[in-house]
Amino acid sequence: MKSLLFSAGMLMAVFGTTAQDVIQDRTARVKFFSTTPVENIDAVNNEATSFINTKTGDIVFAVLIKSFRFEKALMEEHFNENYMESSKYPKSDFKGKINNLNEVNFQKDGEYAVKVSGNLTMHGVTKPVTADGKITVKGGKVFATSKFKVKLDDYKIERPAVVANKIADTIEVTVEADYEPKK
Amino acid sequence: MRIFYAFLVLLSSTISAFAQPDDDLSKLLDESLGEQQQIDYTTATFKTTRLINGHSNEQVAFGVLDLRISHRFGAFNTGAYNFFGLDQATMRMALEYGLTPWLTIGGGRSTYEKTYDGFLKFRIARQSSGKRNMPVSLNYFTSMAVRTLKSTNPAITEFPTSNFFYTHQLLISRKFSESFSLLIAPTLVHRNLVKTASEDHDLFSIGFGGRLKLTRRISINAEYYYQLNRPEGVVDCLSIGFDIETGGHVFQLSFTNAPAMIERGFIHETTGRWDRGDIIGGFCISRNFTLFDPRD
Repeated sequence: MKSLLFSAGMLMAVFGTTAQDVIQDRTARVKFFSTTPVENIDAVNNEATSFINTKTGDIVFAVLIKSFRFEKALMEEHFNENYMESSKYPKSDFKGKINNLNEVNFQKDGEYAVKVSGNLTMHGVTKPVTADGKITVKGGKVFATSKFKVKLDDYKIERPAVVANKIADTIEVTVEADYEPKK
Repeated sequence: MRIFYAFLVLLSSTISAFAQPDDDLSKLLDESLGEQQQIDYTTATFKTTRLINGHSNEQVAFGVLDLRISHRFGAFNTGAYNFFGLDQATMRMALEYGLTPWLTIGGGRSTYEKTYDGFLKFRIARQSSGKRNMPVSLNYFTSMAVRTLKSTNPAITEFPTSNFFYTHQLLISRKFSESFSLLIAPTLVHRNLVKTASEDHDLFSIGFGGRLKLTRRISINAEYYYQLNRPEGVVDCLSIGFDIETGGHVFQLSFTNAPAMIERGFIHETTGRWDRGDIIGGFCISRNFTLFDPRD
């Protein structure tokens, strides 16, 4: 009988994993910044989606390329048309894991430095990336932020010689998300 | 009892195998992006607001000021003495502004008969896919032009409004693929003053145009305006052009038989003929100034 209870409990634990341990943000922000002596370019996407499974440490992000907003309309058009080819590759995503999950307590207020590694897909190319980030737990809410660098060549994003002095070869990407429990 | 226990363990391990948290999150991600992808508007049907002489469906972006300087040289068949037309040049300078995402206002001044023009261009519908499927983009263009060239004909009594011209145009366009777009433009031009009593004040025409991208930054365009009723001695305007994108601006190179760059001129006053070598080279430089950040 004891073992029956034990296994029933185990069964529930397994069921429970997917239901309550997933937290989400459907209005996460992804920003990028390119800086050269000639021109600074920044763009922001406020419609990114992110999920974390707090039990397994799995973390995912996704954005639609067309939702990036620029200061200049022409930049936005060129970004979609010439660089990201957004009609061919409409989205970009990151699927990874929090490596030091044991150091994060999602139940306890505090700031936790995390290391995240996984695969970043954009412009149809998937590459492994590792980034440092910070998870802040405050009053039951989870806030995550990370900053990392992306090399355009790695993702086969071509820069013609004419604009080489305006677009950096390495772009700084910032992600920010406020999570809430998935209903 | 033991069998039941074993069964439960087996069941739970099966479920956990099915659950596979990583895949699960990927699935959630796909679902949520699916919901987010509401209406996918087609962008960049053409590279600029003009195909060659005529308007395309593109609006000047909200908050952007477009400075356009267009040149037309003389006809190629004027020969080596005129350096194949390059000795002669007329121009149109214009400022065009995106007042809202769907309304562009603009004004220009052409050397051609010292003409001032002002226009409004409205976006009525945008080609889209996804939640709303719209096969074409529709834009309405209307302009007024005033010829200020002094009349040389003393027999005609001119009123202040005699030199006014009005254009109404419906621009129907579709981007078929990344590199291929087409445009059809039913057009009405009204002239307050005509040369002879037998000429129509209202002139109807249909414009046909298309672009084919040669590379990501260069496209070849063609444009033809067919006149349904035409003034005496006037031929249809045929143009071939190239759009070359250089980052901050678009350079348009064109070959046409029309010296004028506004509708009433190039559609209904063109007399040069391609088959006789009355080919006019020209170019337009469009420079965009962002007056304010649309994200603020």
